[in-house]
Amino acid sequence: MRAAGLDIGSRTMELVVVEDGRLVAWHVTDTNHQPRAVCAELVARERFNALVATGYGRGLAEVAFDAPTVTEIKAHGVGARWLHPTCRTVIDVGGQDTKVIVLDGEGRTARFEMNDRCAAGTGRFLEVMAQALSYEIAELGPAALAAGDSIKISSMCTVFAESEVVSLLAKGKERDAVARGVHDAIVERAAAVLVRNGVVEPVVFTGGGALNVCLRSLLEERLNVKLHVADQPQIVGALGAALIAESQAQAA
Amino acid sequence: MGEQDYRDMWKSLDLDLDVHDGLLSVLGQFYGDAYLSQEDRPEGMGYLDFVVSEVHGLRIKELFDAKAEGKKIFGTFCLFVPEELVLAANGVCVGLCSGADAGMAEAEEYIPRNTCALIKSFMGFKLARVCPYVESCDLVIGETTCDGKKKAYEAFEQFKPMHVMEIPQMKNYAADRALWKAEIMRLKERIEEVAGTTITEESLTAAIKKVNAKRLALQRLRKLRSAKPAPISGLDALLVTQVSFYDDPDRFTAKVNELCDDLEQRVEQGIGVAPPDTPRILLAGSPMAIPNWKVPLIIEQSGGIVVGEEACIGDRGFRDLVDEDASTMDGMLDSIVDRYMKIDCACFTPNDERLDHVIDLARSQKADGIVHYAIQFCTPYTMEAFKVDKRARAEGIPFVKIETDYSMEDMGQIKTRVEAFLEQLAEMPVAR
Repeated sequence: MRAAGLDIGSRTMELVVVEDGRLVAWHVTDTNHQPRAVCAELVARERFNALVATGYGRGLAEVAFDAPTVTEIKAHGVGARWLHPTCRTVIDVGGQDTKVIVLDGEGRTARFEMNDRCAAGTGRFLEVMAQALSYEIAELGPAALAAGDSIKISSMCTVFAESEVVSLLAKGKERDAVARGVHDAIVERAAAVLVRNGVVEPVVFTGGGALNVCLRSLLEERLNVKLHVADQPQIVGALGAALIAESQAQAA
Repeated sequence: MGEQDYRDMWKSLDLDLDVHDGLLSVLGQFYGDAYLSQEDRPEGMGYLDFVVSEVHGLRIKELFDAKAEGKKIFGTFCLFVPEELVLAANGVCVGLCSGADAGMAEAEEYIPRNTCALIKSFMGFKLARVCPYVESCDLVIGETTCDGKKKAYEAFEQFKPMHVMEIPQMKNYAADRALWKAEIMRLKERIEEVAGTTITEESLTAAIKKVNAKRLALQRLRKLRSAKPAPISGLDALLVTQVSFYDDPDRFTAKVNELCDDLEQRVEQGIGVAPPDTPRILLAGSPMAIPNWKVPLIIEQSGGIVVGEEACIGDRGFRDLVDEDASTMDGMLDSIVDRYMKIDCACFTPNDERLDHVIDLARSQKADGIVHYAIQFCTPYTMEAFKVDKRARAEGIPFVKIETDYSMEDMGQIKTRVEAFLEQLAEMPVAR
């Protein structure tokens, strides 16, 4: 039996199919101004017997495909646990939110924290900064990691930080050092959330933010832990949803 | 009373009728969506539905009638103002609600943007002239429970006669109680002066009994909510407490007791508003003034049930009674002083008894988890959220905190947190 998970995020959407607990197919696509159409197109690419939706747009799938939903918290917990069966902490840097999930020894959610309404410290923050620094998003992390210097960014608000970055460039600062400062700021903030909730190893880093080598490296250094990152960290939420769909179908 | 009579009444209070119409229509729609759509509501809620439908109508007419009889109307914002003194002076006590955004732009002429929604709301309601309760008041009684309130009163005072009580910030020293007693005495004098009456031993005895009876009815309701399945929704129970602040106390007490009779039968028959395995939530934190139903609405629409409120508009307001044994005026005033000093408001330091109360209430209501609610920029409660979190963790009670205001723009984010919390409770190892 094939079970699918659909993660409707603010920036990207993912569809994952599992069969007998094995990952058999996955797709990642950008969420545009017509999320319903994107989502329908994505779902049409695969055949499956059960579907569970997650992500901030999960309500959309509930209406469009009559699919049951779970929150991103639960989906990431299950997905991270599949990738790393003894995982106790998940840090997810997604498009518009960042979350920390602490799991108990059995993989159940023990506590979690998400960022509040603004986009500070999220994937969207990185995108805006990359744009202000004229980097492709994929170039941002490596450039920041290789920077010899770091320039402190004091604003965490996406809008204020963008103007801060622009004015630093206008003062002739090196863009890689500014990029490094942007990463330092995000890591400081994420670390505070992690420390407050208690980091228990093993720690799995998920979401598009985990594709960023500089974030990974700085977080590991700051927390003094090893971060486990999946080959495709963006699909972890959808993977969790697919595994939940499979177990729900088996239980039914 | 017809619609036209109400309009005349509102006009005589100098309300901005257009804005007021808009407010009532939004409130009516919100009430319909949040309340009337609930299933299996207890029959006794019919009275509350009626009270809400007449919130700016019949109850205001009653205030007019009271005024015609020479009674004075006293408005309050806080649990620290002893209703007993107002009633003993033959006055009418109304809690001013401040639970919705109104007149925000007007309010921001006097107070900063980053002020808590409740404070902005009472300023806004006054400045936009949309609250018939504020306008009916002969005296508004404030208190120094937080910096935001006490500074906002300085502005509020320009528009309405006010009396501000000084609340001690600590409890363990003789000076704190002495201050509080002096403040009670000062308030008593002011109330007598405005009401044009003298509080007697007889009238104070009757008032203490009357307010205690109201608290006992609310305690009875709280106990009934500890049943599994819960016989009444958290939304409905919150509404009962909200209405307790402005309804006629005798009638309210009688109606709540009738509701409780009804709920007792439900409990006996095992009838609930949600299945027995529904995750049970204790809401703790900042006050939820009518019509601030945002967080309990999200919790209950997401498949949880709220079984208690550790809040001013909740357990804090009716947990303690005034001792009825004293017979002299001074003895009765001492009993009032002592009862009100027990309030575990986050404005006190330290305030560790609140942590015990949160845990006790979570246990007595058989809550599976605690949702800590703080109004954004409410420093006392956002600060204490950390302590409540640590204590809940130590007691093994799942905890999540929510910080928000009255706007609807973060409904999606809050819903995600609440749903995730309910999922967490659903997979808890202990059998519920």
